[in-house]
Amino acid sequence: MKWARHLGIAFLATVAFACLLADFVAPSYAHQFRDEPGAAPSRQHLLGTDDLGRDRFARVLYGTRVSLLLAPAAALLSSLLAVLIGGAAGFAGGWVERIVMATTDLFLSLPWLFLLITVRALLPLNVLPITSVAITFALLGCLGWATAARVICADARSLAHSDFILAARASGSSGFRLLWRQVVPNLRPIVFAQFWISIPVFILAEANLGVLGLGVAEPLPSWGSLLRELQSYSAITGQPWQFVPLILFVVVVSCFHLVLLEQESPV
Amino acid sequence: MSRQIVFRSFLVLMIASTLAVAQNNAQLRFCLHSDPKTFNPLLAEEDSSETVRYLTGGVLMRLNRMTQDLEPELATSWNITEGGKTITFKLRSGLSFSDSTPFSADDVAFTIQQMMDPSLHSPTGDAFRSGDGKTVTKVLAPDRVSVTFPAAIAGLDKLFDQVAIMSAKSPRKEMAVLGPYQVLEYKAGNYLLLERNPHYWRQDAAGKQLPYIQSVRLDIQSNRDTEMLRLVRGEIDFINSLDAEYFDKLMQQNPALVHDSGVSLDSEQMWFNQVPNSPLPDYKKAWFRSTNFRRAISEAINREDLARVAFRGHARPAIGPMSPANKFWFNAKLQAHPFDQKSALARLAEDGFRFQDGVLRDRDGHAVEFSIITNAGNKYRERMATMMQQDLSGIGIKLNVVTLDFPSLIERITRSFDYEACLLGLIGNDLDPNSSQMNVWLSSGENHQWNPHQKSPATGWEAEIDKLMHQQATSLDPKKRKAAFDRVQEIAWEQEPFIYLVNRNALSAVSPNARNVHPVVLRPQVYWNIDEISISNEVARNR
Amino acid sequence: MLNRHPMLTSLVRHAGRIAITVVVGGLLGATLVRVAPGFGIDEAELDSRLSAQSIQALRQAQPGQSLGAFYFQYFVRLLRGDLGTSRSLQRPVAELLAERAPETAKSVALGLVFGWTLGLSLAIAVVMSCSWTLDLMATLTGGLLLCLPAAVLALIFQLARMPGRLVLALIVFPNVFRYSRNLLARSASLPHVLTARAKGLGDFHLMFWHILTPAAPQLLALAGVSVSIAFTAAIPVEALCDLPGLGQLAWKAALSRDLSLLVTLTMIVAVVTLVANSLSDLLGKALSINLHEASA
Repeated sequence: MKWARHLGIAFLATVAFACLLADFVAPSYAHQFRDEPGAAPSRQHLLGTDDLGRDRFARVLYGTRVSLLLAPAAALLSSLLAVLIGGAAGFAGGWVERIVMATTDLFLSLPWLFLLITVRALLPLNVLPITSVAITFALLGCLGWATAARVICADARSLAHSDFILAARASGSSGFRLLWRQVVPNLRPIVFAQFWISIPVFILAEANLGVLGLGVAEPLPSWGSLLRELQSYSAITGQPWQFVPLILFVVVVSCFHLVLLEQESPV
Repeated sequence: MSRQIVFRSFLVLMIASTLAVAQNNAQLRFCLHSDPKTFNPLLAEEDSSETVRYLTGGVLMRLNRMTQDLEPELATSWNITEGGKTITFKLRSGLSFSDSTPFSADDVAFTIQQMMDPSLHSPTGDAFRSGDGKTVTKVLAPDRVSVTFPAAIAGLDKLFDQVAIMSAKSPRKEMAVLGPYQVLEYKAGNYLLLERNPHYWRQDAAGKQLPYIQSVRLDIQSNRDTEMLRLVRGEIDFINSLDAEYFDKLMQQNPALVHDSGVSLDSEQMWFNQVPNSPLPDYKKAWFRSTNFRRAISEAINREDLARVAFRGHARPAIGPMSPANKFWFNAKLQAHPFDQKSALARLAEDGFRFQDGVLRDRDGHAVEFSIITNAGNKYRERMATMMQQDLSGIGIKLNVVTLDFPSLIERITRSFDYEACLLGLIGNDLDPNSSQMNVWLSSGENHQWNPHQKSPATGWEAEIDKLMHQQATSLDPKKRKAAFDRVQEIAWEQEPFIYLVNRNALSAVSPNARNVHPVVLRPQVYWNIDEISISNEVARNR
Repeated sequence: MLNRHPMLTSLVRHAGRIAITVVVGGLLGATLVRVAPGFGIDEAELDSRLSAQSIQALRQAQPGQSLGAFYFQYFVRLLRGDLGTSRSLQRPVAELLAERAPETAKSVALGLVFGWTLGLSLAIAVVMSCSWTLDLMATLTGGLLLCLPAAVLALIFQLARMPGRLVLALIVFPNVFRYSRNLLARSASLPHVLTARAKGLGDFHLMFWHILTPAAPQLLALAGVSVSIAFTAAIPVEALCDLPGLGQLAWKAALSRDLSLLVTLTMIVAVVTLVANSLSDLLGKALSINLHEASA
C-alpha cells in the first residue's frame, strides 16, 4: 500500500528533522536538574526527567540522532557482508560452499564477547563517546552477518540451479557478473529481512555492551542507554512517560519496514 | 471460677500447641545472590559462603550486631595475656556437633591450626597473622585451650567472631557444625536448604531449644528485580540488603516492609593512580600526585547531591575511612569536605592551574581531562560518575566516564596500572581497623590502591601512616589505638589519597510474617539473631 | 562400501567436518578468552583481609601456561573423558554440564517449538490471506518483540507469573516470522502458483506443495540458524530469569574468565550449531534434488 510507505517515509523524515534541530529545540541532554530527578512531564520537561534530573525529551532527540545514524549503517554492513559471503558461497557450491559454511557455523559459535572486551582494552580510555559508539556499531556490523549468510547461501544455492540462471549462462554471462546481476537481486527478500531485523538487534546489543565499557559513554544518550532505564522492576511499574523512548523505537523500526515493504516480497 | 480456670488452661494449651506447630513446621526463606563457593568456613570470603558460615557455624564469641558488644558463645569466658599474644578460653561442656560428635578443646585447637596453616590462605586466618613464626595451641583440659600467636594482636578477641569451629574427629568434616542450622540439601544454581541443628546448645529464657524456625531455604537468585517481586508476593521473608530505588518502591506499597537502619559501614570512594611507573603521561602523574589537585577535586564534588540524587537520600556524605556507624573508631572531629568550587579553583591556582574560557589548564597548557573507571552494572557508581562529570565541568575539568567489566577493571588497577582514576566501594565488615584496614593503609599493602606494594613509603605522610598503623596494631590500650587511628584519619582527610564520597545506608525489607527481626547496620543486617527469629503461626501452618 | 551409500558418505564427511570445526572452534575460543583483558584475575585479590602472601598465592594459582600447552593438555584430558575443573565454581565441568544441560535443552526446545509454531503459522496466514492488515499487525508485533530488551520481556513474564523460559520463544518468533514470511511471499508470487490457483487448487494443497515446498531448503537453513539464535538468546534469558542452565553457566564463566568451562561450552555450542546446520543442509539438498527431478 503506497500510502503506508509514504506515511513511513514521512514519519522517519519528521524524526530525522527533529533530531537535526535538537540543538535548537531541546535544552542540553547532559545537564542535570538535580532538584527534579524523576520528575513528571511539564512545560519545561516535555517527557519529564530521568533519575539524574536530565531532560528526557532532549535525551530522546539526541539519542535518536546517534542510533538512527549508526544502527542502520551497521545493519547495512552486516547485510552486505551476508550477501557477499553467503551469496558467493551458495552460488559457487562445492568445496567453496562447504568451507565458507563451516566457517560461518564456527563464527556463530565463538564467544565474541571477548573480542569486544579486547577491543575496549585497546582503545584509549579518553576516547570520545561518539567514537566509542561508532566502533561498537562497526564491530556489531562485522560480527552480525553469519545468521543471514546461512539462509542467503541456501537461497543462492536454489537460485543457482534455476532456469533463468541457466538462460543467463547460455547467453554468455558468468562469474561475478552473473552473481551480481542475476542472483543478488533475487536475494532481496532475505537481505531486507536481515537488514530490518538487525536494526533493533544492534541497538539492544549496544545497550547490553555498556557492561563491557563499549557502547555509548556518559553523558551521550542512545536508544540503547534509554532502554536500559526500563530494565528494572521500579521502572517497568513506573510512570507511562518512561516508555516513550521504547514506543518511538518500535514506531521507527516499523516505519523502516513500511519503507522497505516493496523491496521485500509483496503479499 | 473453675470455668475461668478451665477456659484459661484451654487457651494456654491452644496457644502452646499452635506455637509448637509454628516452631516445628516454620521455614524461613530468603535469597543468596550466587552459589556459595565453599562450605569450609575457613575459606569463606564472598557473601554467599559467609551467609552459610553465619547460619551454620558455631563461634567461641559473637559480636552482638545490635549492641556491638562481644558476647560469650561456645566459650564461656576468655583471658588475654602475654601482652596480647595469648588467649585462653574456657569452653562450655557437654556440647556436640550436629552429627553427635562431642565438642571439646581439641576441636578448637584443630580449627586454629587449620586456619593458621599458611598453605590454606584462609581470609579468616590472615586477619590473625601478626608476625613470622608459628601459632601454638595448647589443650589444657577438655574444656580449656590456649592459643599463642607469634606477636601481639590488637582487638584479638573480636576476631574470633569470624572463626567457626570445625570438628577434629567427625567424618563429615566441615559439614558437622555447632551453629543453629546444618546443611540438609544443596541444589547448585537452585537452592540451599538448612535444617535445625538438633544439638544446638542455645535455649531461650524459658528453656526452649533454639532456633525457633525448623528450616531455612536459601534460593539462589542473582536478579534483584525477581527477588523484590518474590518478597512482595510473600514467597520470601526478607531482603537483607536492599537497593535505594526498591526501598522507595516498597515504601510506596507498604511502609511496614522496609527498614532504614541508618548509615552503614560501607563507603564509596575514588582515587587517582599514583603508581610511578604507570603508563600515564608525566604531566598527569604530576597532577595526581599533587595534594592540592586531589583536595580541589574533592571540594568540587557535591557530596550532598550524590547522596540525595544517586542514592535517593539513602546515604550521607562520607568523611574518611571510618563511617560514623563505627561509633568507637570514627574520628568525630572531622567533617565532610564542603562543596566549594571557588576554593577548589584557588587550590588549583596554587599549583599553577588556570581556568580560562571554561577550560582548566595546567602550567604547561594541557587541558585538564582524565577518565574515571568503575565497574559496569553498578548503577549507583555509574550515576555518581555522571554527576561528578557535571560537577567537575564547573571548574573546567573534562571527566570521561568509562565502565568496565570487573575482571578488566581489576587488571587495570592491580596489574597494568593503566588507568587514571577509579571509583569503587569498600564493604565494611569489621569494626576494628586492624583486621581489614592494615593492607589498605600500609604503603607496602596490596590494597594500598593508589600506589600499592611500595618497597618504602613514597611520601612523608605515607611513612607517618605506616608508623601509626603499626602502633595501633601492637598496642593493647584502646585509647592509644584510637588516638593513633584518629591521626591516620586526619592524614587521610588532609591528603585525600582516597576521596571518600558517600556512606550508604543499611536498607532492608522484612515481611511482617517474620517476628523478632531487628535490622541493624552490621552484617548480616536482618538475620543476625537467626536463632531467635520466628514465623507467624498462620504462615508456618501453610508452608 | 562408502561409495555405494552416498548418504552414508555424506554423513561421514559431515561428521568429520564437524569434528575438525569443533576442534578449531575450541582453540579459537580459548584464544579469544586468553588474550582478553581480565584473564587470570580473581576478585578475591581486592579483599583487604588477605595478606600479601595470600594474594601472591591467589595470583600464582591462576593458569599461566601458554595457550598451546593448555589446549594440548585439554585435549589429552578430553580423550580420557575428563573435561577439567571449573576454576570459578570449583567443581568438575562434566558435573556442571550434566546438571545444567537438561534445563537449557528444555528452554531451547520450548523456545524453538513455540517460536516456529507462532512464526511459521503467522507467515502462512499472512501469505494465504493476502491481508495487508494481518501482515501489518504481525509485523508490528514482531517489531515490538525485537525492540523489547530481553530483560524487560523477562520482567513482564515474571510479573505475569509465566515461565521465564518462554521468553526464548518471543525472541525466536520475530526472526522466524520475518524470514519465512518473505520466503513464502516470494514463492507465492511465482507464476506456477497463479496457474495452480486458476486451476482451482485448494489452499492447503497450494500452500504445502507449491509455496512451502519450493521455499523448504531456505526454511530448513533458517531452522538450523534458529537453533543458534535460541542458544545464544538462552545466555541472557537464563541469567535474567535465574534459570540454572548452560546459558547462566556461560555468563558466569565469561565474567570470571573460566577457561576450561568456556572452551567446553564453546565446543558444545559449536557442535549444536554445526549439527543443526548440517542436518538442515543435508535435508535441504535432498529436497532440492527431489524438486529438480520432479520438475525435469
